[in-house]
Amino acid sequence: MTIGTINAVEHSELSLKNVSVSFPIYHGGSRSLKKSLLFRSSGGQLASDASQRITVEALRNVSLGFRTGDRVALIGNNGAGKTTLLRVMAGIYEPVSGEVRSRGRISPMFDISLGIDGDISGYDNIRLRGLILGLSAKEIEERMEDITAFTELGDYLDIPVRTYSSGMMTRLTFAVATCFEPEILLMDEWIVAGDAGFLVKAQHRIENFVEKAGILVLASHSTEICKRWCNKAVWMERGEVKLTGDIDMVLDSYNAVAAA
Amino acid sequence: MTTILNDQPGKGTHSQFVTRGGSGFAVRAALADFGTGVSLWPLWIRLGWNDILQRYRRSMLGPFWLTASMAIMVIALGVLYAELFNTPIHDFLPYLCVGLLVWNLISSFLIEGGTLFTGAESYIKQIRLPYSVYVFRSSWSKLAIFAHNFVIYFGVLIYFQIWPGAVALLAIPGLLLVLINGAATTLLIGMISARFRDVPQLISSLVQIVFFITPIMWKPELLRTRTYIAEFNPFYHLVEVVRGPLLGSVPSSQTYLAVLLLTLINLIVVGTFFARFRSRISYWV
Repeated sequence: MTIGTINAVEHSELSLKNVSVSFPIYHGGSRSLKKSLLFRSSGGQLASDASQRITVEALRNVSLGFRTGDRVALIGNNGAGKTTLLRVMAGIYEPVSGEVRSRGRISPMFDISLGIDGDISGYDNIRLRGLILGLSAKEIEERMEDITAFTELGDYLDIPVRTYSSGMMTRLTFAVATCFEPEILLMDEWIVAGDAGFLVKAQHRIENFVEKAGILVLASHSTEICKRWCNKAVWMERGEVKLTGDIDMVLDSYNAVAAA
Repeated sequence: MTTILNDQPGKGTHSQFVTRGGSGFAVRAALADFGTGVSLWPLWIRLGWNDILQRYRRSMLGPFWLTASMAIMVIALGVLYAELFNTPIHDFLPYLCVGLLVWNLISSFLIEGGTLFTGAESYIKQIRLPYSVYVFRSSWSKLAIFAHNFVIYFGVLIYFQIWPGAVALLAIPGLLLVLINGAATTLLIGMISARFRDVPQLISSLVQIVFFITPIMWKPELLRTRTYIAEFNPFYHLVEVVRGPLLGSVPSSQTYLAVLLLTLINLIVVGTFFARFRSRISYWV
């Protein structure tokens, strides 16, 4: 199994400087146009209502810097801001204040089935998925053989994917998601699942894939997976960086707090 | 606010970007969004085409169902209103047909703008794509639907034995102007609707009213002295800039002036709005 042509990753870079992100909560009332208009026309009577918009501070003053070779585990409780941080790194949320700088193609692997269209064939889904990932039509065709070989779906690739079993679907999405050279790889939880035979193959492929990444940032609750893949860790708590450094050191303090 | 340096997702290994916080007008980021969006044409062409196919999957006529239902509407309304207004059908039906075709295109930009971003939430929250990709995707699929419907126009030409002549070619720049205005408006509506969720409802009821006050089912001549109802209606000029040439007449300079002015205002307003609020879209959806 070969993975496409190899573009050597020279120097990927990802840095965050004093990044803060807050989400306004648009509950039914404040989100409607009526409220906003009433607020304007009623001359301040509802002002407190409108300006007291509740915001959730998802990230506060986060500063981090990663270079090629960094394998970073993001740890922290639910709601600590791990997913938001990954999305800020991916450029999905632009920070409310602060600065995010990146060099190298960012590959967010949050939902590997994104863009799968049940009514088109396996081949067409591979092409569509490839385009979404930022590959050119030519690059996709170059990788087609590798992808089809990995999925072992054969003639099934000619029929609409809505007829696939979930296992077949996993093979397809997984093969496309891991068909290129990642530079900055962002993962929200480890993504391997499938039948036993596939699992071994998938494990091998993802290892290959992750090893080629210039930078890996992985949010995971599994100590085992973090230890296996990462050399650094960032411990998030309530939207702030609590501790950052060597993986073992951070995990030990994290587990000590969790046990206490 | 965002500054983007050589940001081309998928192009080369050194794509690079900087996103910076703070509120303000990020004109360069907005332009970069647009430029990268254009370069991703293979993606939005495919997505837009799938959007059309999805609706008519496994039906025999496929997207030509649109054409069929449009044809039935044109014939039914054409016959009825020619009778009601006491105008000869060979004069009224082609007028109605072209008017409806163009109006259908314009109104779909207004009505479907509401779901432009909210409907693409799964994409927006998972991957960083230029927001203009969603605009191009929807504009292109609307153009494709228009092209399907356009077959009816040829049917009408043949049936009534009309030949508009070379003037008809003027419909092409006209259509381009309609598309530019449509794309800009759909972007604006998409952004506002992502933030204020009752805007789509508001717009769909307004579109109904506009349809009746715009000369599509009736001719502006019927207004006699109150021609201002048509003259101050931007939709009349937008329809006319395509309808006129297709029926063999050159639109008036007043119409061209109105449409050009509208395009200019639209681009400035939407551009400003996009530069200011682009970075908030992912928070809103």
